Amino acid sequence: MSYTVNSKKEILEMLEACGVDDISKLFEHLPSGTKYEGLLNLDEGKSEMEVYNFMKDMSKNNVVYPTIFRGAGAYKHYIPSAVKNLSSLSNFVTSYTPYQPEISQGLLQALFEYQSMICDITGMDVSNASVYDGATAACEAMNMCLDRKRKKVLVSSSVNPSTLSVMKTYAYAYDIEIIEVDLKEGLVDKEDLKDKLKEDIACFYVENPNYYGLLEDIIDLGNIVHENGSKYIIGCNPISLGLITSPSEANADIAVGEGQSLGIPLSFGGPYFGFMACKRELMRKLPGRIVGQTTDTKGQRGFVLTLQAREQHIRREKASSSICSNQSLCALTGAMYLAYVGPVGLNEVAKRCFDLAHYAFNQIIKIDGFTPKYEGEFFHEFVIKTPIHVDIINQYLDNNNILGGLGISDNEMLFCVTEANSIEEIDLLVKLLKEVAL
Amino acid sequence: MKLVYETSTKDHKGLQLPKCDLNYELDDKYKRKEKLNLPELSEVEVVRHYTALSKETYSVDDGIYPLGSCTMKYNPKLNEEVASFEGFSQVHPLQDVSTVQGCLQALDLAKKYVCTITGMDNASFQPAAGAHGEFTCMMMIKKYHEERNDTKRKKIIIPDSAHGTNPASATMCGFETVTIKSENGIVSMEELNKVLSDEIAGIMLTNPNTLGLYEKEILNITKAVHDCGGLAYYDGANLNAVMGISRPGEMGFDCLHLNLHKTFSTPHGGGGPGSGAICCNKKLEKYLPNPIIKNEEGIYTFENIDSSIGKVKDFYGNFTVVLKALTYMLRLGNNGIRETSENAVLNANYIMNGIKDLYDVAIDEVCMHEFVLDLSRFKKETGFSALDVSKRLIDYGIHPPTMYFPLIVKEALMIEPTETESKETLDMVIDIFRKIHEEAYSKSVDLTKAPLNTKYGRMDEVTSARNPRLKYGD
Repeated sequence: MSYTVNSKKEILEMLEACGVDDISKLFEHLPSGTKYEGLLNLDEGKSEMEVYNFMKDMSKNNVVYPTIFRGAGAYKHYIPSAVKNLSSLSNFVTSYTPYQPEISQGLLQALFEYQSMICDITGMDVSNASVYDGATAACEAMNMCLDRKRKKVLVSSSVNPSTLSVMKTYAYAYDIEIIEVDLKEGLVDKEDLKDKLKEDIACFYVENPNYYGLLEDIIDLGNIVHENGSKYIIGCNPISLGLITSPSEANADIAVGEGQSLGIPLSFGGPYFGFMACKRELMRKLPGRIVGQTTDTKGQRGFVLTLQAREQHIRREKASSSICSNQSLCALTGAMYLAYVGPVGLNEVAKRCFDLAHYAFNQIIKIDGFTPKYEGEFFHEFVIKTPIHVDIINQYLDNNNILGGLGISDNEMLFCVTEANSIEEIDLLVKLLKEVAL
Repeated sequence: MKLVYETSTKDHKGLQLPKCDLNYELDDKYKRKEKLNLPELSEVEVVRHYTALSKETYSVDDGIYPLGSCTMKYNPKLNEEVASFEGFSQVHPLQDVSTVQGCLQALDLAKKYVCTITGMDNASFQPAAGAHGEFTCMMMIKKYHEERNDTKRKKIIIPDSAHGTNPASATMCGFETVTIKSENGIVSMEELNKVLSDEIAGIMLTNPNTLGLYEKEILNITKAVHDCGGLAYYDGANLNAVMGISRPGEMGFDCLHLNLHKTFSTPHGGGGPGSGAICCNKKLEKYLPNPIIKNEEGIYTFENIDSSIGKVKDFYGNFTVVLKALTYMLRLGNNGIRETSENAVLNANYIMNGIKDLYDVAIDEVCMHEFVLDLSRFKKETGFSALDVSKRLIDYGIHPPTMYFPLIVKEALMIEPTETESKETLDMVIDIFRKIHEEAYSKSVDLTKAPLNTKYGRMDEVTSARNPRLKYGD
């Protein structure tokens, strides 16, 4: 079965118009030795019903946890029905990159609004229309800062290990060096940062909140980095920006982050979207699609893909990034979520995450043997030292349909609490932790 | 249309959270002081705003979208439903591997399909888009030579007809690109032989190429590159022409990327998310991005291998995009896969034959899944350009083809109808092209003013680039 349309009769008419009597004649010119004879060694096509049932059964081989206390880069937030519904509007889903603005104004405007909202929450001047994810956004940001004299990049050891590992892969491609900055109490060690800031350091990348959920002193870090003439990149959680210091308040040159928290389901890790925003002076170094406002021949406001002289299809080998397709639909979903919650709602969601996480933290550390790893203030994730192996704890929680925190060592667990969790769920978690540690 | 900011009214709000009496104090030091300027809307206002925007967006569900090299085929609805199954969409990427066996099974089965279709040994779904897949393959080639201490190999050969992402992906990996000229639309062995040396790391090639032509010398090209010690990379953007008919493996390629959002029917989402799955042969598999999926007697696990180039993206790629592609491949099966490419090629040839008496085809031969018109003569004779024709197509309700690409054809229109368009639609496209030709030569319509019947006219792109206004309030 294929999704072709034409009947045998129509196909014959078409072949005739092409001057051949059989479809195989259209492939006759392929050189010998390149043709695959016979059918591929795969099953034959199946009906929709069969494939539906097969895939449904496959999906049942996964465990779906009704209660999740795990984040570490992918977060379970409540997704409003309106956002779910709007993000599946078929005209957004089945359109291409808006190369023809006259018939793509809706999509272009939606992306322009997305850029505006990313600038709002980060406080930055310019945003692109998204990149692949948070990790590659950090890589693209690092690339924006490199120049002939500055080819080394400092990264805090407190960033998400997955992000760091992707940055190292990109650094391998770019032939540049990544140097990690040590930690003190789970936060950037400012003295170590100062020591490592040399003339050849292009930029410093830090995440706030960091991997351990802790809030970094991002304003002070910015001052230290800028004193060295290096660029300052902050990776941020977009939900947290409803409550905590924004990248622009910390004088970041570039703000990046993983946008998944804004209405995107967990989906085993993707698709999500990376957001990138920067100061105006870096605008022409920003990679990827950017939508700009203009006017049409009738004098109406309109939108187009703009600043294309930066991009691969114009600059070819001189382009600093090859990105073409991005994560448009996920970015639009993020914009829909932000429009839905608004400024007050974003603050409420952030504050609820903060409150519930602090409630959970305070209850958990009351249990014998469970102690906080770090003293610092946190947003919605925190590390707890456990009296028994994390795998035993998680197995016990799993038996009760709860996905526990992520074991980051044998006796340390990174918990995450969002507004999607209830006090009752937290109380149950605490009860189960008490039981398992007995 | 009003911007979302212009529909904002103070104290309008969509969100309502459950009641909660908790209130922990955050130290002022960490608090945001800058005001949030997000728009304020009620739920119904949000819904109407985005619904209105979607109506001003042309999509495949509206009609034919013959963008050459983009393979805008119909996106089956089953794909979307499968991707939204709770058992896939509600799974956390960092769950224990024993609780995500279904996800790994899907990735493993998709791997089997794409490897069989391409004639390759192994695959990874980590790259998020075509360009990301290219970049990943270039890194693998870089590592391959490095591990053999073959450090002189710093050059990648790219034909002048290549996609812009190819040269950019190569330079991102520190390679110098060497462009070779095409002759009659295909790679010239003579030009290729001139640049082959022990400094060549590899070649990046699309087959069929961007003119819609199958490279006649493909076996000699890959052999010549291998003989000089280089590797051959296949850009899978045009795979829709040859599925089940001719495989990159037999063509002599070592690695490739696939655009699941083109050939494998997953939707483009207005620019993404796509998936740039990569496949490779035994020579390169030890460099694939970590983690690798292992299947031991039906139990799936993740494994990190030391020789890998590392991770290129968080987690495991655009997972639900891969699910959609898998759903599609299962539906097609070996017979449907072949039928798909056959009909894609037939549809392209049918349009070409219906208009080539009026418009010049860049290379007048049997084409594969797409063909390129060269409107140079048309422009000389009528004064109207490929852009003008494109804009006039919009008036007739058709999305224009890819314009001014490949760069080797001056007034290029690159047309790829795909296999999911009916004869009726193709006949309509042919009629419209013929009608526009008549309008142009009779001067009955000033095509430079097109589109004439749409709500929006042509946009001033120059001013936009000179004085960028990139957000609300700029």
